[in-house]
Amino acid sequence: MVAANIIREIEDKALQMRELIVTDLIGEGKVGHLGGSCSSAEIVAALYFHKMKHDPKNPQNPDRDRFLLSKGHAALVQYAALAIAGYFPQSELKKVKSLGAMLQGHPDMIKTPGIEANTGSLGQGLSIACGMALGLRLDNSSRRVYVIVGDGEQAEGQIWEAAMAAANFKIDNLTAIVDCNRLQATGAIRDRFDLNPIAPKWAAFGWHVIETDGHDVKALLDAFEEAESVKGHPSVILARTVKGKCISFAENNAAFHNGLLTAEQCKTAMCDLDAIRKGRE
Amino acid sequence: MATNSLRTAYGEALVELGKDNKNIVVLEADLGKSTMSCLFQAAYPERYFEMSIAEANMASTAAGLALTGKIPFINSFAVFSTGRCYDQLRQTISIAGLNVKICGSSAGLSDYGDGSTHQSIEDMGLMRGIPGMTVLVPVDAVETTQMVAAMVEHKGPAYIRINRNDLPILTATDRKFEIGKLYTLREGTDAVVFANGVMVSKALAAAEVLAKENISLKVINVPTVKPLDRPAVIAAAAGMKAVVTAEEHSVIGGLGSAIAEALRLEKGVPLDFVGIEDVFGTSALGYDELIEHYGLTAKAIADKVRTLVG
Repeated sequence: MVAANIIREIEDKALQMRELIVTDLIGEGKVGHLGGSCSSAEIVAALYFHKMKHDPKNPQNPDRDRFLLSKGHAALVQYAALAIAGYFPQSELKKVKSLGAMLQGHPDMIKTPGIEANTGSLGQGLSIACGMALGLRLDNSSRRVYVIVGDGEQAEGQIWEAAMAAANFKIDNLTAIVDCNRLQATGAIRDRFDLNPIAPKWAAFGWHVIETDGHDVKALLDAFEEAESVKGHPSVILARTVKGKCISFAENNAAFHNGLLTAEQCKTAMCDLDAIRKGRE
Repeated sequence: MATNSLRTAYGEALVELGKDNKNIVVLEADLGKSTMSCLFQAAYPERYFEMSIAEANMASTAAGLALTGKIPFINSFAVFSTGRCYDQLRQTISIAGLNVKICGSSAGLSDYGDGSTHQSIEDMGLMRGIPGMTVLVPVDAVETTQMVAAMVEHKGPAYIRINRNDLPILTATDRKFEIGKLYTLREGTDAVVFANGVMVSKALAAAEVLAKENISLKVINVPTVKPLDRPAVIAAAAGMKAVVTAEEHSVIGGLGSAIAEALRLEKGVPLDFVGIEDVFGTSALGYDELIEHYGLTAKAIADKVRTLVG
């Protein structure tokens, strides 16, 4: 049982990450992947600030859990978490995507401390995670691999190649999380390749499937525990989320997949986040 | 008894190197009995991953293994291990310079029976276009053995293009192979041919014919197409009346292109290519018959040299 204060701390971190996304990583008059970053915020916060063993002062510590953002376009949420965790100074956040910056438009392991692989060409992160998990297994490591996949990303055939491989190799030191925000870049997933029902598909591929609310930190932590307890099968958490979560005008709005934020919208977003914070006090 | 089979030499080299280097792991896409990765499977089953008919996943899985310090070799026919996995090789593996080794087996026209879908005429071009990718083309089984060892030593992505058929041994077992080095197999003063793979022996045959006509042809084996030793190419071409390249690949993007790029600032260097003239392959009942059909012959090399020498 995780103590209430720990859950509260993770929730606060997720809010802080959203604030940094709005003020530093996107900012007035600029474009950024707001929607998919906000939908993943609690998942990422729960991993970095509680679940995973990692070492910001020694990012290459071999005895660390691995985190991959297969939906690499949501890098902003990971950058915010890495900065808060102390991988690099928060002053780097405002330089994102600028020439010579440490923080690229998509995750870059060469340039950014704490990034484990170059992701963003969709469909590949789950395979990379499988390879890492197999490598850790060969080394008899007890560490785990976490990978967030987008629900739109499940249209990529390679996701299902990796799903077959993970089950075949009985990769149980891997937890996949599907950020089910129901929107892709240009609209609703159900209007394109509707994968619903998703859970039976993963189950049919040989995965242990856990469904949960992707913004409920306690439920996420329980899901991580359950996934870790499963032996002989890979586990996937289908996290129901809201694209643009906590930002009123961006919630469930595909326009903010990679949208421009006006000065007025930045102000509104910060008011939204402030109100949520005050509501919790 | 040394083998003439490059792919057997490849599989045996993996087994030999894997004996001491426990980081070597091998991934295969259901063609292990052709690529000969099956030899590694028999020797070290715990470090062999049969990835089934899913090449893209194989490449990205190799990326993950490399990220935990392993040295993965991925295997398939060249047309698949480069074409089908191109995005995976580019995005995660090469941008980050991951230590993944790619085997393109049954390369060029060497899978003569299977036809255009299984023959690779553009794999060197695809791999050469990726920044940081090393591109290797062994001339025979001995060079293959030496090359696999060099690939393990080299840090970063590397591609090896392997012929399906037995080829004559041109390399001494005690020769030292270095990535990037050119190897002169025959001295000559009038013209030079840069060749690799199956075309090296054709170039040597052309040199024999031309010698009888008092044309002295230098034959250089270019097992490393990238990184290419540009100063060595320029030096070898200097003062020659003809420079001809010979490769079992499209004339677009492969060895000929690489040599032309290297010589692009040199004045008065007459240059021509022997290669596949921007068309796909086709089925044939024999390898010799097929490469002759595409003009990959000693005669073609000799003709181009004669024309340029004048």
